[in-house]
Amino acid sequence: MMAPLIEVEHLTMRFGGLVAIDDVSFTAHPRSITAIIGPNGAGKTTVFNCITGFYKPTVGRLTLRGGPGEFLLERMRGHEIGQKARVARTFQNIRLFPGMTVLENLMVAQHNKLMRASGWSLLGLLGVASFRRAEEAAIELSRLWLERIGLVADADRPAGELPYGAQRRLEIARAMCTEPVLLCLDEPAAGLNPRESAELNELLVSIRDRDGIGVLLIEHDMSVVMQISDHIVVLDYGRKIAEGAPAAVRNDPAVIRAYLGTDEKALDG
Amino acid sequence: MGPRLPLMLKDAGLTAFVAAALGIFIVGFRTVDMGGGKGLGFDYHLVDLLVAVVVIFIGRLGLSMAANGLRWPAIVLGVAMIVAGASPMKLPSGFLHWFVALGGMLLVIRAIWPWASDAMGAAARTPSGLALGRAGSKWFGWLLLAFAVLLPFSPVADQKTMDLGVLILTYVMLGWGLNIVVGLAGLLDLGYVAFYAVGAYAYALLSTQYGLGFWTVLPLAGMMAALFGIMLGFPVLRLRGDYLAIVTLGFGEIIRLVLLNWFDLTNGPAGIGSIPGPTLFGAVFAETPPPGKQTVSEMLGIAFNGNHRLIFLYYIILGLALITNLFTQRMRRLPVGRAWEALREDETACQALGINPTNTKLTAFAIGAMFAGFAGSFFAAKQRFISPESFVFIESAIILAIVVLGGMGSQIGVVLAAVLLIGLPEWFRDLGSYRMLAFGLAMVLIMVFKPRGLISHREPSIRLHPAGSGGGG
Repeated sequence: MMAPLIEVEHLTMRFGGLVAIDDVSFTAHPRSITAIIGPNGAGKTTVFNCITGFYKPTVGRLTLRGGPGEFLLERMRGHEIGQKARVARTFQNIRLFPGMTVLENLMVAQHNKLMRASGWSLLGLLGVASFRRAEEAAIELSRLWLERIGLVADADRPAGELPYGAQRRLEIARAMCTEPVLLCLDEPAAGLNPRESAELNELLVSIRDRDGIGVLLIEHDMSVVMQISDHIVVLDYGRKIAEGAPAAVRNDPAVIRAYLGTDEKALDG
Repeated sequence: MGPRLPLMLKDAGLTAFVAAALGIFIVGFRTVDMGGGKGLGFDYHLVDLLVAVVVIFIGRLGLSMAANGLRWPAIVLGVAMIVAGASPMKLPSGFLHWFVALGGMLLVIRAIWPWASDAMGAAARTPSGLALGRAGSKWFGWLLLAFAVLLPFSPVADQKTMDLGVLILTYVMLGWGLNIVVGLAGLLDLGYVAFYAVGAYAYALLSTQYGLGFWTVLPLAGMMAALFGIMLGFPVLRLRGDYLAIVTLGFGEIIRLVLLNWFDLTNGPAGIGSIPGPTLFGAVFAETPPPGKQTVSEMLGIAFNGNHRLIFLYYIILGLALITNLFTQRMRRLPVGRAWEALREDETACQALGINPTNTKLTAFAIGAMFAGFAGSFFAAKQRFISPESFVFIESAIILAIVVLGGMGSQIGVVLAAVLLIGLPEWFRDLGSYRMLAFGLAMVLIMVFKPRGLISHREPSIRLHPAGSGGGG
């Protein structure tokens, strides 16, 4: 097996007296989709917020090995995780730039690369050729992603005007335009109809196989989770209760108990 | 119409009653010194009050008619009011004529507005309307520019017009500068005038104390203001929204109070006088040259005319404003400009994309401050006298109003709003203190009819499909 892309060790997050995540450890690999599932309030999004730097974990180590080197994510400032460690994410409630066009959303995602090319705006102001080439390359990458999510014709429309399913896909494309090594998707299938959900499956599988990056996925839609995940981590009340391949997790008694709320006696009997 | 009319009359009557009850103490009478030791007496203005109450009654009736679809009766009432206002009927003051006529105009506008907006909307949707709209927005800016460049040569360019032009352009430049901070980066800055003050005092002090010229100090003043922007921005830009607004408001006041109280440096409330004006290749604008200097009229071999200085100032501020505009337009199309707009839209998403929010905001804040610094040193050179009185909060509020009413982020909108908010009150100076009504009226009308600002259309900073190809669907 390949070396893990991200290694989460003894991750604990407390908010005052509330323990949101309690000593959770797992790994995720490149070229694989790792799903984190669990009932509402299990701490899934909190795990994401720790990995992507929106929260500082109380205890634990998050080691990312991939792309440009080795990073200890818990020690980095919020935006550096995207910029240097190349971890990208989407949000449970879509967070696009609604007033900006679809293309602009994808260009903003390539900000750091373009800032360097524009000489922190100085060369860009002068209209230097090397910056213009970098900008054209960035547009080309955006166009590539627009083709993959089927939004080329909508490139110049404000992102806020797109239908819901398209906004979900655009948010994933925007995250991919940062050229990440790890993509964290927070409930990408929420609110999608069965057809859109199937399209999403295809997109995620192609991201795994064609782009070869690691995907971390929080999802409630079991049709998505069971079909495309390579590995599943189950959380309940902030603790990891099971881990393994989809088939194994599906039949795990602890998982069934957490989801169906069956008490110990009924299961034993 | 039948059953609703009594209700409308009752509503209008109630409104008129409230107006009368409130107005009797404010408009109805005032106390005057009777003179000759007779103490205080009353001076009655009951006719004014009566006219006001009648106008409010008719106005309210007309508004409810218009709101209920009875447009023609509302229009008739409005026209009747305009005619009454314009008629030679004898009212106690000229202002009352204006009051009646303006009320009528508002009523008529309200009554025909649904038709007008329907018709405009329909016309704008036809293909030729669409093409016209695109061509219009493309050429409108150039037309405005041509007008601004040629204005000093036109026959209307008397001293008053040129003064007003300089004033409006100063606010246009300040509006464009603040537009970077508020319109693009979405940082609500209520203390923008502080940077204007820094620029003004930088020029005033460096020129009167060290004899430096306008063109030397101009970049220095901009840098100084930008430095102040960074100094303020560094600790406070992690705040969002309202909190940032309050801190910037406080900063604006602090700067003013420092200017007021640091007597040794700023001469306190007495201000700094005899600030030299800008020079043209070292030549000064004066009738008689100061020792060792040349006047412009000597240099160019033309007769002295007091207007030349004004026209020169006009072109300087026009140039400075255009530089601000070009710079902003250019920055908008660079990665940093797009990051500003993205920050305005969603800061959390920006952070997730690896954009450093603090640095990005800081650049917007510093660049906005720099342009305020340029404008400030121009202001000092134009006025030749500055004091802390010129940099009070209301200035920040006016500049912000120009940006918001113009349509956040719209460059042309800022020009229109500046003309409306600065130009109108100046033109209506004959109305005395009532001219602030024109300011308020312009503001209310914009907010009612264009709640998102005069120009709310946003041009994308980059396109995949050429504009107008219909690729947007």
